[in-house]
Amino acid sequence: MTIDFEPMTGRYFTLNSGGIEYRIYIEEAGSGIPLLCLHTAGSDARQFRHILADPDITGRFRVIAFDLPWHGKSNPPKGFRDSDYKLTVDGYKQIISDVCFALDLQSPVVMGCSMGGRIVCHLALENPAYFRAMVALEGADKLEPYYDLEWLHRPDVHGGEIQAAFVSSQVAPASPNEYRWETLWHYMQGGPGVFKGDLHFYWLDGDFDERSPQINTKACPIYLMSGEYDCSCTPERTLETASRIKGSKVTIMQGIGHFPMSENPALFKTYLMPILSEIANIPA
Amino acid sequence: MIDKMQTRVNADARLVHRGRWVTLTFLLGIGNDDYLIGIVAGKITTIRRRHLATDTGEFSIRASAKSWAKHWQAVPPRDYHDIFAMLPKQIAKIDGRLESLMQNLQYFKDIIAKMRTEEGDTNDH
Repeated sequence: MTIDFEPMTGRYFTLNSGGIEYRIYIEEAGSGIPLLCLHTAGSDARQFRHILADPDITGRFRVIAFDLPWHGKSNPPKGFRDSDYKLTVDGYKQIISDVCFALDLQSPVVMGCSMGGRIVCHLALENPAYFRAMVALEGADKLEPYYDLEWLHRPDVHGGEIQAAFVSSQVAPASPNEYRWETLWHYMQGGPGVFKGDLHFYWLDGDFDERSPQINTKACPIYLMSGEYDCSCTPERTLETASRIKGSKVTIMQGIGHFPMSENPALFKTYLMPILSEIANIPA
Repeated sequence: MIDKMQTRVNADARLVHRGRWVTLTFLLGIGNDDYLIGIVAGKITTIRRRHLATDTGEFSIRASAKSWAKHWQAVPPRDYHDIFAMLPKQIAKIDGRLESLMQNLQYFKDIIAKMRTEEGDTNDH
């Protein structure tokens, strides 16, 4: 019997970030321009499996996706029981920068979704010369909270069930059922309080709108791509963000929600490929 | 009509199973009309129009008739496609004790979405 292995490989490594050791799970496939993929709040890098398995992309890009600490197959740090998980702007930037350094990535493209789409704005502002380009999927520079985060972590409500039920509102109705539920399954598997801790960054700590005009898109081009049905990072919020980041390019993806790469990979590809082609032609 | 929610929910064994811990009455507001929806172990046992001021449910979910009509389209437009997309846009409103709703959120979304237009339906919510 021949096994038809998927092309990505997964490995673990220990990352020292901010004086804390994290056991990180990372997948990659392809060769060429580094394309570092950042998953959404409360999920993990499995969201990028279609990108990692697409030869049209991996023929030109070294696609890399890792699980943030506390997520997926990356561990929380030693002693995690002693504190509640809470993602901060500084901690998030540090982890991404340390991963880039550990992997010795040269001129990487960073493609982050949701909170990953927010942090790329912070990274582009602070170190535009290092990054080749940023792709902010479902990434507005400011959001308004609309439910009490305490519902996500309490003993009388199942964390996995409520997380999936909350974010199911952000999947487009016409996305294939198979991928809708795969996307939601990732949310069902999150650790206690982890989605809530990510949303601390996404809703409370990571606002960026006042600094958006300072981003130099000539040094680091920014592409904003948001789904029509995203009720969190709505098309309107994306367009407002684009208006603040001079020179950014914005795409509203019809028929897609908050999870383009995992909820409707085929449709997402039609929007992503022209942008990746453009990025591939940017001089390093 | 709203009665079809009861027929469709009770005919869906998996949905009833997912709601097996739910026994309560909640209020669904469609414009000016309030309906009390009684559930026992995931099955809808009663749907009746509110007729006394003291009639109420554990929690309520309200939206205008036009908004529910959009929510119940076969492919709803954005902002109307899910109750938790309608809430931040202030298209829908929830009140009351929310524990049971949150403990069974996907179940409640799904029983309300059972009113969604299916092949052969007339548009008479």
